[in-house]
Amino acid sequence: MDEPFPVSRRRVLAGGVGVAGASVAHADTSLRERTTQAPPAGPSTVAVELEVNGDRHRLEVDPRATLLDTLRLTLGLTGSKKGCDHGQCGACTVHVNGRRVLSCLTLAAAVRGPVTTIEGLSGAEASKLHPMQQAFVDQDAYQCGYCTPGQIMSAVACVHEGRTGSDADIREAMSGNLCRCAAYPHIVAAVKQAAPQIARG
Amino acid sequence: MERFDYARAADPAAAVHAASLAEAPKNETQWPTQYLAGGTNLIDYMKLDVLRPQRVIDINDLQDQHGAIEVAGDGLRLGALARMSDVADHPDVKRDYPVIAESLNLAASGQIRNMASVGGNVLQRTRCNYFRDVSYRACNKRDPGSGCAALEGVNRKHAVLGVSDKCIATYPGDFANALVALDARVNVLGHRGSRTMRFEDLHRAPGDTPEIETNLEPGDLILGFEVPAGPWTRRSLFLKIRDRESYEFALASAAVALAMDGGTVREARIALGGVATKPWRAHEAEAVLNGKPLDEAQARRAADAAFAGARTREQNAFKPELGRRTLVRALMQAQAMEV
Repeated sequence: MDEPFPVSRRRVLAGGVGVAGASVAHADTSLRERTTQAPPAGPSTVAVELEVNGDRHRLEVDPRATLLDTLRLTLGLTGSKKGCDHGQCGACTVHVNGRRVLSCLTLAAAVRGPVTTIEGLSGAEASKLHPMQQAFVDQDAYQCGYCTPGQIMSAVACVHEGRTGSDADIREAMSGNLCRCAAYPHIVAAVKQAAPQIARG
Repeated sequence: MERFDYARAADPAAAVHAASLAEAPKNETQWPTQYLAGGTNLIDYMKLDVLRPQRVIDINDLQDQHGAIEVAGDGLRLGALARMSDVADHPDVKRDYPVIAESLNLAASGQIRNMASVGGNVLQRTRCNYFRDVSYRACNKRDPGSGCAALEGVNRKHAVLGVSDKCIATYPGDFANALVALDARVNVLGHRGSRTMRFEDLHRAPGDTPEIETNLEPGDLILGFEVPAGPWTRRSLFLKIRDRESYEFALASAAVALAMDGGTVREARIALGGVATKPWRAHEAEAVLNGKPLDEAQARRAADAAFAGARTREQNAFKPELGRRTLVRALMQAQAMEV
């Protein structure tokens, strides 16, 4: 393996989607603690074919591997964050088949359909920010940034779901994404800024 | 998470056959095979080591056959693999069975509703912290005979209806209460064939065996639900009271459906959530309302009847009154609905 991580964190950050960069050191620490607790992959693995951000990957995974850990540890896509690892915080939100889901409660072996992560949100124009990413920057919709990739993935889905009609609608639709810095008013402002641009396509 | 074998089932019979291979203990937490649909509850509890199946059978390929949402003249049919969000957002369900749509939309988060199947939703496990955290030794539901740490522990969110001295864990779901209010039936495939049972008979109160939560047998697979049509389904709603406004389990909830003759209740259907050990049909409250004019005083009498058998602990003594007020408000709102 010349390049275990085809998309390195450095390249992701350089690509401009690293709005969560401020907390990278913290993320690394917690991740190391968690992974040392899990036994290594055993002989019984499952063959899976994952399509992530348009790239197809053939992988042998431990049946216990979540989509989140597979994205982060196997594919090097560290934009999706591990917050609670129990489906309570939304930091791991990605799109599967265009619908927002929690990658921490999804087994990689059970994924059916293409996956989009924060790294693939702006599509072919990877050097440009997606309108929702730009809106989070413009509205200062984060402080530490750890929850931000999940917030943005959820926010884009909320627009597609038609749940951004009012501030109250946005707060309700975004309630699955917690922000411990409590940037909530700014997040609502960001969603309102980006929604018409996304709806126009 | 403990190791397990993962397999995908191509059809329901294959799934049930694979799940029925092993001899299973009565304790449902220790069943050796679990079905995986959305995984929002199963994977969580497997990460907590509460559930440690040896085999996980992925049934998501059954969604084409058993994931449909059909609103017909005689009722509503929901395939077990339909996702919560698809049922909640279905225009016919919202119009004809608002209590169903609302119970789903008020539950969990947008992400979880996209993932979770309605079949799995009704089987979600209690949020009792002593059940969820295996470092507590005393949990009769996990380990029969070990005791119940909640009886004298942190029990603010625990049940007051259907409790026993073995277990006071609250049934956490919302959708199941809408189903039980509307006399739904559940279609089950087991290794002896398929059968239909009243949804009200799916779950069991803890009694002396809190480790047995349902009347399902090991390997039984829920394939769908039938909700009969009736003059009460359009005038129906789900009212959920909780510690925070969204993305939270109920402290108290009411699923209410009313058939009215002017100001008089022809037939009432009521279920209560957040306060009971299982999806809780409030037959006593319905009997108070049926055939009588409905006003706030009458609604209060019905609520008193619903909670007449409540048994509280130190921290959840507020629940009967919160539950009564929740039901009164739900009844008044349902009466005021324009249908």
